[in-house]
Amino acid sequence: MEWETVIGLEVHVQLATKTKIFSGSSTAFGAEPNTQACAIDLAMPGTLPVVNAEAYRLAVMFGLGIDAEIAKRSFFERKNYFYPDVPKGYQTTQLDSPIVGPGHVDITLDDGSTKSIRIHHAHLEEDAGKSVHEGFYDMSGIDLNRAGTPLIEIVSEPDISNSEEAVAFAKKLHGIVTSLGISDGDMSQGSMRFDVNISVRKPGDELGTRTETKNLNSFKFMEDCIALEVERQIDLIENGGKIKQETRLYNGDTGVARSMRSKEEANDYRYFPCPDLLPVEIDDEYIEAVRSTMPELPSARKARFISELGLSDYDAETLSSDAVQASFFEQAAATASDAKLAANWVMGEVSAHLNSDEISISEAPITGELLGGLIVRIKDNTISNKIAKDVFEAMWAGEGDADSVIEAKGLKQVSDTGALEAIVDEVLAASEAMVEEYINTEESKRKKKLGGFMGPIMKASKGQANPRAVNEILLKKLNERL
Amino acid sequence: MHNKTIAELAQGLRSKEFSSEELTRHYLERIERLDSNYNSFITITPEQAIAQAQAADQRLASGNQPILCGVPIAHKDIFCTDGIRTSCGSKMLDNFTPPYNATIVENYAAAGAVTLGKLNMDEFAMGSSNETSYYGPVKNPWDTNCVPGGSSGGSAAAVAAHLAPAATASDTGGSIRQPASLCGLTGLKPTYGRVSRWGMIAFASSLDQAGPLTRTAEDSAIMLGTMASFDSKDSTCLDQTVPDYTATLGDSLQGLRIGVPKEYFSEGLNPETASRVQDAIKEFERQGATVKEISLPHTHLAVPAYYVIAPAECSANLSRFDGVRYGYRCENPADLADLYKRSRSEAFGEEVQRRILVGAYALSAGYYDAYYRKAQQVRRLIKQDFVDAFNDIDVVMGPTATSPAFEFGAKSNDPVAMYLEDIYTIATNLAGLPGLSIPCGLVDNKPVGLQLIGNYFSEAKLLNAAHQYQLVTDYHQQSAPAID
Repeated sequence: MEWETVIGLEVHVQLATKTKIFSGSSTAFGAEPNTQACAIDLAMPGTLPVVNAEAYRLAVMFGLGIDAEIAKRSFFERKNYFYPDVPKGYQTTQLDSPIVGPGHVDITLDDGSTKSIRIHHAHLEEDAGKSVHEGFYDMSGIDLNRAGTPLIEIVSEPDISNSEEAVAFAKKLHGIVTSLGISDGDMSQGSMRFDVNISVRKPGDELGTRTETKNLNSFKFMEDCIALEVERQIDLIENGGKIKQETRLYNGDTGVARSMRSKEEANDYRYFPCPDLLPVEIDDEYIEAVRSTMPELPSARKARFISELGLSDYDAETLSSDAVQASFFEQAAATASDAKLAANWVMGEVSAHLNSDEISISEAPITGELLGGLIVRIKDNTISNKIAKDVFEAMWAGEGDADSVIEAKGLKQVSDTGALEAIVDEVLAASEAMVEEYINTEESKRKKKLGGFMGPIMKASKGQANPRAVNEILLKKLNERL
Repeated sequence: MHNKTIAELAQGLRSKEFSSEELTRHYLERIERLDSNYNSFITITPEQAIAQAQAADQRLASGNQPILCGVPIAHKDIFCTDGIRTSCGSKMLDNFTPPYNATIVENYAAAGAVTLGKLNMDEFAMGSSNETSYYGPVKNPWDTNCVPGGSSGGSAAAVAAHLAPAATASDTGGSIRQPASLCGLTGLKPTYGRVSRWGMIAFASSLDQAGPLTRTAEDSAIMLGTMASFDSKDSTCLDQTVPDYTATLGDSLQGLRIGVPKEYFSEGLNPETASRVQDAIKEFERQGATVKEISLPHTHLAVPAYYVIAPAECSANLSRFDGVRYGYRCENPADLADLYKRSRSEAFGEEVQRRILVGAYALSAGYYDAYYRKAQQVRRLIKQDFVDAFNDIDVVMGPTATSPAFEFGAKSNDPVAMYLEDIYTIATNLAGLPGLSIPCGLVDNKPVGLQLIGNYFSEAKLLNAAHQYQLVTDYHQQSAPAID
């Protein structure tokens, strides 16, 4: 390989607390601008921050989830810079004493092997507000609803070698934070955002100069952005250029990246310990209390899917990677009493529909329980697999559960022998040539000829004929003619 | 009425000698008539005061009420008052009306105290002479050619001129004690964490502490008892029971161990001030206290360390004043950078800008270790000096300020000379200890103060010592000459 890519990720994850990290304002997404910003969030004079203990607990839980060292003593610092959506003129964050120390996240590569990505640390901090540039003539609007939302920033070591690994790592992290319930992981709402540090080098060389692309909010954008940036860097170097250390922006919609600021333009943030907040000290008892309330991690869930539900390694890995998907699957499997079928449906139809609708599983129009209900009707032969897909479409479109769709559309599979015999007789009568051909075919090859009758029979039954029953009747009737 | 202490006013209110409304109207009339001589008020709130007084009278009529019920006081304009402009002495906040009360404002309101108005101060509490206020300098009632001290100059002048029986104030490096010394008052800076900082506009968060300016130690004990409370809105506020500070005022000083730091009687000290302070210490000896010389060896590092830490914190604390959400905004900003630069340049005074620049410099890359980190190390050494000293003494005593009140302009063009005003008070803030200044005589017909520094949460002991001293001396009863 001629070039080697070195990637490190910084991942911002919004914590699922009800209130902000330093104030009592709600963190709910989507409210009218500035309706969820109190005097503290507005940085009114004389106001003071108080740490939200729940944010702390969730950060500790994350640390336990990646097998990290938890700092017994940590404190907040001020990162000073002026920007309209940073109301205090500084962001309260952690630098010298992050709550989560070194840990690791293990990813599965395409060849089935495992790679451990080291986590340098994860720290707690507050989110900024938002600047709104549209709709204000010649001015900008500021929405401080998001200001003070608790974040953990997870900083990886540069252990990632390509975009596939980066995506696998990001998905794994997503699975961990959603499984632990410490974040909703909703990337469309900015609950999880990625900054990607990229450099290239010849194998054996020292690390190349890196660039940082900020605020990528989907796996796809991250994958595309990495590919683009690696290509840009290699092209530049091969054409005799030099990589400039800079911060870049990538527009996922247009697929265009540009430089935002160079290292020389970077701020001196003048970090210093925040004098309004005392250092937070925790002990083993606290850590163990958090550990005892931890929900199941994706790795444990995967193991359980294999041992208890009999799924393949691949299916178990896929289904456990996302907490909402895993719960959806488990519901479906429990309702259907069939893990394998449920797995196929979740990874097949459900996943395909999510992709084409471009929504996440949490926004799916059906529940795992509803899917399970559909599978039950396949298993008890009420409907065929083929009809089941039509029922699924209708369910997805919000037309109700499987039974009401089957009922409303009259899709119940016809297994009634009398009715089926009539249809078969009708088709055989209309297909004399095919019947002759069947009779004249060698016995060992006759089975293949059966398929020719199935199409017209299913058509005549409007797809509702139970294929197995049709098969039996057809065989019986044809054999009578021999 | 205006010559009475709070303790006496509380008595008068209960014996129906006068009502709170009469008392309040009397003070409002005095402020109206006399404050043009001193410029101690930025905002006077007569309507609200009378309404509060009438409510207090009703409360008093219904029986047992907190001691401050119906007593008029005034707040330094650093404390946010709901619905009342809170300027912090700055053009930046000339148009700022907070929608919330500082916790201490809330505490006094709950006790039924009446608020007369908001008091002048150095801009953002940065100054030792009250010459940096956007609202003009405050004059010392003892000599209107002289400064009242700062930054709580308005608080000190108002109480010294009997325009209010007591005032709230704040002390980051001496801003309660030095004006108390220069205006002949009792000024207490409590232990860091004793009083909530919620709603007190921050200068240097790790040093700022609110406290009262009064005429007597007894009044100080009354004021502190209401001001101090545990407040979950301030993470640095400590959850310690608030004792009845008046209950121990009568304790004997027999066996009180006083330490007098030799470093506090250095060359910069006015010899006459030194002599008044030494006389005062002798008075304590007469009351049964033992006195010994001690050493606080890092005293000389207090001012330099303070002038790194306080500006560093203020450089961040004042970043929120950016012209975006409230406060002053420049006319027609060309762009965002212009909005920031002009809003801040036009609305912050020279001293505030100087400290922001010094602080930003001390925190900047490449200088942090040499300045900020070093200053924090020095801070620990200074604290350790006191911890060691308090192993075998109870109270440190020495001067509060180097000299009596100086004339306007005497130090305003020499920042370092001005900073040295706080040489004896700053170490207390760096260590987080309580400090009290009480009048101990006159030099050139101007008051000078004795400073008492105690161990953490020993306010009751300091007030007890001060009260016992005031029982046998009358310096605290001497009023500025022009007071009728």
